[in-house]
Amino acid sequence: MSPALELADITCTFVSREDRAQRYTAVADVTLAVAPGEFVSVVGPTGCGKSTLLNVGAGLLAPSRGTVRVFGEPLVGINRRAGYMFQAEALMPWRTALRNVMAGLEFRGIPPAEARDQAEQWLRRVGLGDFGDRYPHELSGGMRKRTALAQTLVLDPDIILMDEPFSALDIQTRQLMENELLDLWAGGSDARRAALSASPAPAWNGREATGGGGQRKAVLFITHDLDEAIAMSDRVVVLSAGPAAHPIGEFAIDLPRPRDVAEVRVTPRFIELHKAIWDVLREEVLKGYAQQKRAA
Amino acid sequence: MWQWIRPNARNLRLWQAAILAAFFVFWHVMTVPGLVPHFLFAKENDAAFFLGEPLKIFARIWQWFIVKRDIYPHLWITLIETVLAFTVGTIAGLLMGMWLALSPLAAAILDPYIKAFNSMPRIILAPIFAVWFGLGIASKVALGFTLVFFIVFFNVYQGVKEVSPTVLANARMLGATQRQLLRHVYLPSAMSWVFSSLHTSVGLAFVGAVVGEYLGSAKGVGYLIHQAEMVFDINTVMAGILVLTAFALVLDWAVGRVEKRLMKWQPRSGETEKL
Repeated sequence: MSPALELADITCTFVSREDRAQRYTAVADVTLAVAPGEFVSVVGPTGCGKSTLLNVGAGLLAPSRGTVRVFGEPLVGINRRAGYMFQAEALMPWRTALRNVMAGLEFRGIPPAEARDQAEQWLRRVGLGDFGDRYPHELSGGMRKRTALAQTLVLDPDIILMDEPFSALDIQTRQLMENELLDLWAGGSDARRAALSASPAPAWNGREATGGGGQRKAVLFITHDLDEAIAMSDRVVVLSAGPAAHPIGEFAIDLPRPRDVAEVRVTPRFIELHKAIWDVLREEVLKGYAQQKRAA
Repeated sequence: MWQWIRPNARNLRLWQAAILAAFFVFWHVMTVPGLVPHFLFAKENDAAFFLGEPLKIFARIWQWFIVKRDIYPHLWITLIETVLAFTVGTIAGLLMGMWLALSPLAAAILDPYIKAFNSMPRIILAPIFAVWFGLGIASKVALGFTLVFFIVFFNVYQGVKEVSPTVLANARMLGATQRQLLRHVYLPSAMSWVFSSLHTSVGLAFVGAVVGEYLGSAKGVGYLIHQAEMVFDINTVMAGILVLTAFALVLDWAVGRVEKRLMKWQPRSGETEKL
């Protein structure tokens, strides 16, 4: 079966706008595949081009070289089968939480009443049932992230791309959100199916048949937090420090599921894995840090 | 005693009214012939001649609004001109701003012309517009339009340029087409800039209307003022200015109301309530 998302020999070279001769290669020759239903994390030092990879996978950024395939088909333009959770604030500030969650459905031409129904269901599932009429600035950081999660998941994408989505949250909220995300990822499909059969969604639901093969969505999760990566993933990919970042290690995480991100951290296997990955990552982090210091 | 009078949040309105009253009293005392010895002007009647007398001014306004009721058609004309100039100028500025912000090449080509038109002292176009569009409403709307257009245009241009790239990327990932991006991302973002300039542009639309009337027309408050000036009727001139000021305040208030309704989504600092 073809991977949900496949990056093959991706190189991204940026040209400085002021000086065309100045180039910066963020990532070089990256090959990375995410199987349907697989949760893959990419860790690496700050500024190593993790987000660049994600943007390539989303179709927001065209790579200088290399190909992107989505369920075996070459990606042209925006990746329609992927949902993207951004690191920065991405909600439309002029829309209420509910209307933000509805946005994607609206763009796809779903009738408003039906879109509202589904959006309300998803707001309830992320625990914001009573906050639909609030504007983003009236919500806390964690609530905004939940809204963004609902906004992404209501479209039922086969692939979820996440760019350090919880990095701005405090540690308690963060662990809560991580667990919620794992829950939604692991068991969400059944509830979702029930929700959908109650109000059959036309057109865009058709790809379900070809989608992923499994119930679970493929997740490509970018983080600089190794603990988070191990606790959540099936596989962790370590990226080298930039420029020309590339994968330098890959670790299968064989911790049993379902996991609790707080509890799993103290299991011996977790500590073992953490040590193994950190051995690879440490040198890159130091390299990246030295480079940033030089640049500053 | 003092703690009642001292300015605070509650008697703020009273203080504002008191300042206004004091101003008119001062004006009255200084201008009414014979009330105080004249020391600035050569003759006793000069102060009244040059500055007008508040009581006569109020009498004039009373006549206009209550007794003769002959100012309403003039006010109506000025209002129509202001609203038309404002609406047409805002819509044109919005369209042009969106277009140029989204097609950088067109913006680069038109850049010097936009700068030139904006630097031009456009009030001077009023007589030309009178020749082109006649002495009716159209020439005043045209003048107001040239004033409003650029304010809105620059604000929209800026607003579209400063759309958060993340919000934009997010909307694209959610499946928005180019049209939907325009409607659901660029436009609302630009609108917040338009509204921040609304107070300025409504004021300028008003200026355009009144100046246009002043320079050549047969109706409107600007025309009334001009007529009075021709016969050195300073009281009527001052009365006209007061009416225009009040009118402008009402317009500004109306814009504030609309802004408050439409910009509900914008964060305001300190939204807490003391319990």
